[in-house]
Amino acid sequence: MFRGRTQSAPNRQLMPEGRLSGPMPWVIAIMVFLTVLAAAAALTLSSATTSTGEQLSREATVQILAPDPAVRDREQRAAQRALVQLPQIVRADAVPPADVEALLAPWFGGGSIAEDIPLPALIDLTLARPVDDMMLASISAAVLDVAPSARIDADSAWLEPVLQAMQSLQWLAAALILLLAIATAATVVLAARSALGSHSATIAIVHLLGGTDLQISRLFQRRMALDATFGSVLGFLAGAAMLVGLSRQLAALETPLLNASTFSPWLLAPLLGIPVITVLLAMLMARLTILGALRKML
Amino acid sequence: MVEFQNVGLRYGTGAETLSDISFTLFPGSFYFLTGTSGAGKTSLLKLLYLAQRPSRGVIKLFGEDAVTMPRRRLPGFRRRIGVVFQDFRLVPHLTAFDNIALPLRVAGVPEGDLAGPVKEMLDWIGLTERATARPATLSGGEQQRVAIARAVIGRPEILVADEPTGNVDPDLAVRLLKLFSALNKLGTTVVVATHDIHLIGKIGGAQMMQLDRGRLSDPTGALRYPPKPLVLGA
Ligand SMILES: Nc1ncnc2c1ncn2[C@@H]1O[C@H](COP(=O)(O)OP(=O)(O)O)[C@@H](O)[C@H]1O
Ligand SMILES: [Mg+2]
Repeated sequence: MFRGRTQSAPNRQLMPEGRLSGPMPWVIAIMVFLTVLAAAAALTLSSATTSTGEQLSREATVQILAPDPAVRDREQRAAQRALVQLPQIVRADAVPPADVEALLAPWFGGGSIAEDIPLPALIDLTLARPVDDMMLASISAAVLDVAPSARIDADSAWLEPVLQAMQSLQWLAAALILLLAIATAATVVLAARSALGSHSATIAIVHLLGGTDLQISRLFQRRMALDATFGSVLGFLAGAAMLVGLSRQLAALETPLLNASTFSPWLLAPLLGIPVITVLLAMLMARLTILGALRKML
Repeated sequence: MVEFQNVGLRYGTGAETLSDISFTLFPGSFYFLTGTSGAGKTSLLKLLYLAQRPSRGVIKLFGEDAVTMPRRRLPGFRRRIGVVFQDFRLVPHLTAFDNIALPLRVAGVPEGDLAGPVKEMLDWIGLTERATARPATLSGGEQQRVAIARAVIGRPEILVADEPTGNVDPDLAVRLLKLFSALNKLGTTVVVATHDIHLIGKIGGAQMMQLDRGRLSDPTGALRYPPKPLVLGA
């Protein structure tokens, strides 16, 4: 039936199969589990950073600081008229005084504070392209002509440290993934060595009966692939279950940075590469280890 | 068929285990390799079945230089030599059937074509009932017979047996020798290492090679003056 196959491998039963050999599958399961989590963290952070950063980079706020309410109103209207003329600006919305009060209320306690402290008038800007200093300067110049007490700030400015922290976390996650990959490779090498040790008699026999290096290494690759597949699938499923559970909890948590939209099940698609790569890595390492050992025999 | 010229073998840095070994084996002949324990019989056979490279000298196998032959060509040559190892070397987790089938599987014989020859072998060594037994559950003599069946199932051109009668009672020893002799009559060149001089007289027409502390002597002169020099220089 599988004529080509039987000719390439002496016998699938040559190495005892059908049961897991030692701790390797379990260690691989743990590695894959951790790698899936680290990769999911890296991907989530990266998508959150870019989407938040991108959105914020197109937003700016103009504050009219004049203390006299009449002047402030006049300057706000003049500034808004001037702003909508500018090609860089898609929208310029005056924020109603009530909303400004609501925004500040948590800091000042309840009640009407407008009477006690002069609150600035705000204009929310939506920009045509991501903000830069030049753009901010030119908008500022246009506004200051008609509203001398105006001040303009890019919204991204206050989030910059947060975004930077998120980027650092991303690097951390990437470094973790790299370390886990190295540890997994080392595990697989050790497992291949121990398999080599426990099957050395069989290897020597097949070798002396005229088995080629390729035939013997294939047997090992198959053995290792079985163990690695078991471990990888287990680790991936555990990781995926964990992520789905976490995303449910995050969905309930309504923060602008980490919410349901930043983690979605499609994230699991690229993560599927992790078990696949692990199995391929295991087979490669098994092959290299066995071929290296066989080359030392005559 | 096999030619050794001034072959020497040294393990590590010690004295030479084998020195100045020169002989020629002719197709279809039967050879005994004798010598006391530690004389170097196993070492010489290892050179012959390509488990060891000599430290010096020339070994020609089937007309080709086996010493300088690239590694990748060795498996093909090993498949032409059947070996009964001194310690049997059966694969412990395989049944008697699978152990005997191993050389055929290594050679890529399709699964469907295995059962016939393997059953025939089991029948020949009288172990048909033990086909599914693993080596650990077989007696020493039974393991030896499985090892012999494995060595001959691939119809090797040369059969090398290292003390094949070491673990069996004298009756069985003689039966095994008759078995080798039968194979020899079918054209296989046979080399049997033994320290048991009494066995040698049981096979008519056999040549004797004697090892003494790593040196080969030729008491019957057969190695230098072969009785059947038909293939000389072919
Ligand atoms: N792998 C080895 N490494 C070192 N010395 C060995 C090895 N194999 C055999 N010897 C030595 O070579 C000598 C010959 O051994 P061997 O060929 O097994 O003899 P025999 O088979 O005639 O009993 C012995 O002294 C033995 O100790
Ligand atoms: Mg010996």
